[in-house]
Amino acid sequence: MNDTLSKIEKRTAYTLLLPAVFLVFAIVLFPIFANIWISFKEVQLKDIRIPEPRAKKIVKSIPEDKTKLKIVYRLRNSSLIEDINNIKFSDSLPRNIEPVELDSRCEFKSKKIKCDFGNWEAKYRENFEIIIQNINNEVIDKNTIKSQKPKLSGDADNILLTTKFTLKNFKQVFNENEFLDLLLTTFYFTFFGTVGAIIFGMFAAQLVNQKFYGRTFMRSILLFPYVGPVVALAYTWTLLLDPNSGTLNALLVNFGIIDKPINLLGQKYMTLNLLGFDIKLRLALTTVIMFEIWRYFPLAFLFILARLQAVPKDLYEAAEVDGAGPLRKFINITLPQITAILSILFMIRFIWNFNKFEDIFLLTGGASGTRTLPINVYQQGFAVSNIGMGSAVSIVIVMLLIIFMIIYFKLIGKRADEI
Amino acid sequence: MRYKPLLIYLFISSIFLTLVGSIWKIMATLQGLKLTEINFNINFLLALLLSLSLVFIGKRINHLIKILVLPLIFTLIYIAINESAPIWYNIGILLISLFFTNMVKNYNLNYLKEDFVSEKIVFDFLSLFAIVFFAFIILFPFYLMFVTSFKLQAALLYNPLDLSIDFTKNISDQFKSYLVIFKTYDFGRYIFTSSIVSIGTVIITLIFAIPAAYAVARLNFFGKTFLSTSILIIYMFPAIVLVIPLYTVFSQLGLRNSIEGLLIVYTATTLPVAIYMLQGYFKSIPKEIEDAGLMDGQNWFGIIIKIIIPLSLPAIASVALYVFMIAWNEFLFSLMFLDNPKSFTLSRAINHLTGDAETPRQYLMAGSVVVTLPILLIFVYFEKYLVSGLTAGSVKG
Repeated sequence: MNDTLSKIEKRTAYTLLLPAVFLVFAIVLFPIFANIWISFKEVQLKDIRIPEPRAKKIVKSIPEDKTKLKIVYRLRNSSLIEDINNIKFSDSLPRNIEPVELDSRCEFKSKKIKCDFGNWEAKYRENFEIIIQNINNEVIDKNTIKSQKPKLSGDADNILLTTKFTLKNFKQVFNENEFLDLLLTTFYFTFFGTVGAIIFGMFAAQLVNQKFYGRTFMRSILLFPYVGPVVALAYTWTLLLDPNSGTLNALLVNFGIIDKPINLLGQKYMTLNLLGFDIKLRLALTTVIMFEIWRYFPLAFLFILARLQAVPKDLYEAAEVDGAGPLRKFINITLPQITAILSILFMIRFIWNFNKFEDIFLLTGGASGTRTLPINVYQQGFAVSNIGMGSAVSIVIVMLLIIFMIIYFKLIGKRADEI
Repeated sequence: MRYKPLLIYLFISSIFLTLVGSIWKIMATLQGLKLTEINFNINFLLALLLSLSLVFIGKRINHLIKILVLPLIFTLIYIAINESAPIWYNIGILLISLFFTNMVKNYNLNYLKEDFVSEKIVFDFLSLFAIVFFAFIILFPFYLMFVTSFKLQAALLYNPLDLSIDFTKNISDQFKSYLVIFKTYDFGRYIFTSSIVSIGTVIITLIFAIPAAYAVARLNFFGKTFLSTSILIIYMFPAIVLVIPLYTVFSQLGLRNSIEGLLIVYTATTLPVAIYMLQGYFKSIPKEIEDAGLMDGQNWFGIIIKIIIPLSLPAIASVALYVFMIAWNEFLFSLMFLDNPKSFTLSRAINHLTGDAETPRQYLMAGSVVVTLPILLIFVYFEKYLVSGLTAGSVKG
């Protein structure tokens, strides 16, 4: 009895889960494995389109004879590189209409012209003509002929499904001189973006945790940068930082703080003189990190605020009785209470910033030393049109991600439930 | 007499007053005022003088007189030593100094002898300054976006500092950028597409997620723990590693440039977090209520529809709003999958506008306002629900 009940329960559970699991499997898990497959192949963007036989139908009237029409099919192989084999063609004709003469490759049967074109090599083109006539010698309506579309089919190798593999992509990924630079840029961006966002978030949370006039308003607007669409915000920042007519540069020049406008998003390095040392600052990267901090500190703020509000008030009261000042209270009560959440935040945000694509893409497009690994996926795959390379870079990202996740679960995974 | 608190108070309060004054000056400049000198040092000395006199006067004269007279003197000297400015600017300075005096009215030499007073002073001023600072850096870009959309190209190039709105223009000139983006750039269609995609994603995600979350929360089956941990792990994989395989497969299936393609991808990428959030809430519903339903002869479908959904409306609202936000703001997939302007979403359309370097920036900003405003309004109106969605989903972003 109990056995059948648990069986029913199991079956119900699987039925309820199946649609969601299937969808996630198809769209999220399958691509991760497909990346491995593609990364071992030499695939260009243009190879992805499956080669197709195509025909464009043109109907021409014959002036001498209204009962006849000429049909021209412009045949071609859509692919520039792949052959298509075993091509079948068919087009139907209205009643009482017949072809006058037929190519040897074709036959006319039950109102249908059927042809067997055999094989077309890449870039193949042919103009295929038929003359048709009405058997009752009536005028043929051109439009009825035109409205009928020919059908074509053929077999072609799908380059993605062949079993030709190569290590070329990975060799290229790792042998590139820039790979180390790429990795370093990604880590700079990720690390400083994460730490900055957490520090700002901590300040903001500490602030909103106090009582002051307009606190709820402050709490809402603090989340605006995260809630707003990245496209709109990134372009607003581009406008704000523009060297020629941007507000920030105009302001700094106006108050005499700088002499010439600085191209904050287009200049790779800037030399700063600090205490007699020349420091080479990666300017565009720093600006992008600033944007990143601005956009994501609200998340850190939200997390830390939730934690701060859960800290028991009597802890602070007891500290006050013991004569502790605000700084001591922060160091000895607040910080220990939030270290756990800070470390979780750091790991999670680190993983997410590591994969950040849109922000950098919209601000600089990866130029001026802001090319990170995710940007490289896009550039290899779609700008250089080398899908195989793009996939290989994706695999590198996935590998690093798995390492981060293992570290995350080793360090924090067990504690995550306690908080 | 301990001098440390006094010195800290003088330094911090003067810096604070000068900085707030400078921010006011910057804001005035951005309204088209021609001011070119910050005069930080002189204004700092002036602020120091005010702080010093405030603390030494202390309680010796009536608070009200102190609060009214000292700022007035401060403002008059400020006007004398700074560039000439219109009256509204100087009233602003007066109000700032009034606020400042009111804030430190209780400070006197005795107060400065209390325990930890210097720390308290630093904390007070720091948090006050932080409010101004955060409000400024957050709201400024939004303000810039908004104002630019009402500007004309010539005005923008002539003086990039003038961020005031000219209310004397007639209404069709005022909203010219919006008229252009709706008429010439077909933004009406993009709003429609974006709405369809976002609302569609919400509905499909909920249809898939509610039963799955119920199964994870309530039923026992083989592989349950494995499934619930993998939900979170799957969620950690970013869109950028999915994009190439999805692009190739969607190209071959003819799903690119279609709303269906976007719906499938958005649903699949938000499902894990939706399931995760919902199952947590479902677990908190007392099991006895369901047992009563089972007694009445309901099957799982009836239980979900009649018991679970009505009881978990707040959680469903959170998930729905969060998913809506993700779908509305999404950019990467719409960049990859859409290249026919007929099927653009709003984000993609704005990105497309920048493809042409000739596109005036006020059109770009008008488009940005069109995409930002709905989501901000939804956020402000449903803040409670969206915040709990964000907190649960903020592992991603």
